[in-house]
Amino acid sequence: MSRFLPYPLLTASLLVMWLLLNSVSLGHILLGSIIAIAASWAMAALQPDKPRIRNWHLIPVLIGKVLVDIFRSNVAVSGLILKGDRARRTPGFVVIPLTLRDRTALAILACIITATPGTAWVEYHADNGRLLIHVLDLVDRDAWIELIQTRYERLLREIFE
Amino acid sequence: MNGLEDLPAWAALLVAFLLLLGSGLTLLGTIGLARFKTFYERVHAPTLGTTGGAGAILIASMLFFSVLQSRPVLHEVLITVFVVVTTPVTLMLLARAAIYRDRTEGTGGASGLPGDEGVNDGEHTGRE
Repeated sequence: MSRFLPYPLLTASLLVMWLLLNSVSLGHILLGSIIAIAASWAMAALQPDKPRIRNWHLIPVLIGKVLVDIFRSNVAVSGLILKGDRARRTPGFVVIPLTLRDRTALAILACIITATPGTAWVEYHADNGRLLIHVLDLVDRDAWIELIQTRYERLLREIFE
Repeated sequence: MNGLEDLPAWAALLVAFLLLLGSGLTLLGTIGLARFKTFYERVHAPTLGTTGGAGAILIASMLFFSVLQSRPVLHEVLITVFVVVTTPVTLMLLARAAIYRDRTEGTGGASGLPGDEGVNDGEHTGRE
């Protein structure tokens, strides 16, 4: 099974993508499966790290939290832009010590931090696990460290590690 | 546009609202890009377009074509996924280039770079 399907998650995602781009019919399911399996064999030749997902049930929780945060920060950043120079903005950098080491989880954290307006991933040092982010409206530095660590890092560690 | 008259009023209203919301957010993002003063502040503004703006427009598109064709049309989800997955790549390239410039020049945003020391010296030792 693992020889035939080295990356079941990738194969499934490719099949879903094929079906979304075309239409759901028996022919497309067959064709999409063949292409997805062939692509996952090609991927196996590259030997990337295989992500291990331990807690599937927490993924919807993560997606929910991210959607709520994207919505809230969209409102917050819109407000900041509309107020313009009349509002006092305090942009600044924050260093966040991370204990998360899984590469897939870090990549997902990068997507989350980038996708939320108002925070931008700047730099990550793999040797000491320090992440540098830039925050558009930095009021409380410790609150941001706390937020990233408890809201996202803990959840990502539960999912991946 | 054919078949537009078949669209029920509630769907038309909702689609129009979402399109306005999405384009409004994208416009706000570009205004922010012009208004903000430093590079690091500017980086945040276009994110409005890639998240809220693109999101609302894509939901509008899904709703419009799903109602019109009486079946779920969901391939816009793929656009969302690819936008979310690819934005960090360009953002990191730009941000790291900017921070490299500021560090080597020792000017510009260097005074606003507490993270510079924070990352490289032993000041913030993280959690014990």
